[in-house]
Amino acid sequence: MVDARGYSCPIPVVMTQKALNQTKPDSLEVLVDAQTAVQNITRFATAQGYGVTVTEQGQDYLLTLRKN
Amino acid sequence: MEKKESFLKRYWLILLTGLLVGAAAVVLTAFGNPKNMGFCIACFLRDIAGALKFQNAGMTAETATGIVQYIRPEIIGLVLGAFVISLIRKEFRPCGGSSPMTRFLIAVFVMIGALVFLGCPLRMVIRIGGGDLNAVVGLVGFVIGILIGIVFLKQGFNLGRAYRQSMLEGLVFPVLMVCLLVLLVFGQSLIASSVSGPGSMHAPILLALCIALVVGALAQQSRLCMVGGIRDAVMFKDFRLISGFVAIIVAVLIGNVLTGNFKGFSFADQPIAHTEWLWNLLGMVLVGWGSMLLGGCPLRQLILAGEGNTDSAVTITGFIVGAAISHNLGLASSGSGIGSGPVAVFVFVGLAVLLAISLINRPKEA
Repeated sequence: MVDARGYSCPIPVVMTQKALNQTKPDSLEVLVDAQTAVQNITRFATAQGYGVTVTEQGQDYLLTLRKN
Repeated sequence: MEKKESFLKRYWLILLTGLLVGAAAVVLTAFGNPKNMGFCIACFLRDIAGALKFQNAGMTAETATGIVQYIRPEIIGLVLGAFVISLIRKEFRPCGGSSPMTRFLIAVFVMIGALVFLGCPLRMVIRIGGGDLNAVVGLVGFVIGILIGIVFLKQGFNLGRAYRQSMLEGLVFPVLMVCLLVLLVFGQSLIASSVSGPGSMHAPILLALCIALVVGALAQQSRLCMVGGIRDAVMFKDFRLISGFVAIIVAVLIGNVLTGNFKGFSFADQPIAHTEWLWNLLGMVLVGWGSMLLGGCPLRQLILAGEGNTDSAVTITGFIVGAAISHNLGLASSGSGIGSGPVAVFVFVGLAVLLAISLINRPKEA
């Protein structure tokens, strides 16, 4: 699980990129708290061949990335 | 399988925003704003600093005002446009606490760099669309600054996380913008408004305000950002934001041709620009690098402040202070060249400060 809440642009994407590059997981959960981060990570993960589902968790968003 | 985003869905909003920003710059220029400066965040914040009498550059006994003093409604409109749309779209989110004083310091040097070059990244793009090759030199510096920033981001640079804040805290900056508007309309005796120079050239208040409200709303929704465009293209091979950057140049170029303001590409005799290439370059290195550390260009900071980001509000305060320092210490350039103050000292100190901040704010284990 990557907790990228509160980080300014583009650090949530950098954190996601790092987690994906390090272990090449089949799935990864990323927690963010801004719509911009949701959109940026979704775009990035899609380009990397991951499907993304977003669930709202109170004021935060949980992104679940799964390898296509 | 996720459905692939269509080209139109992915690009239409950012392209529309870019084209509109470019068109707005041309229209505002036609209605009175200084040439190649339809929309310059750095210049306009500097003018606001002047209107509040934090600086009175170029003041003469005859005019009794400086040459860059005016409350620019464009700034107010951008923030309030972003504020209103973020409220409607439920994206207004008061937050802050991500190294605010470090951001303030970075912002001071970003503004010093911008006023050495004579423009923020947005005006740089508008100047390129106006045929000003000095701005292409600035672009080279801007890209160098961004690439330096990318090196540190890849090493884990960050200014720490921001936390949720109260609604009241997030509202302070938009309310201050409303106060500025009230001062502009009803408080002329309290503020300074230039009677000569760039500060005296301005489009009608209502027109500037309305255009900026629309641009602010669109910029909030599309996340338009000058530094983000180049950064995302280099770091993530994501060309969405940079398409907005290109759209601005195209719109300004077409607009200038249509209005007869395009005289071809050249270095000499460009409006409110100088030809000292080294300082154009280094000024924009400061802007590019600093904006990378801040997470967005000056325009983006205004939009984020409108969304309730108080770190961005502190950053804008830093821009205003930086503008006052620039003019009071003779660091700001003019059409005739760089300022008469210790420009080189401040530019190199600025680069050293950015280097120190970049090095210190990396994760401890790196």
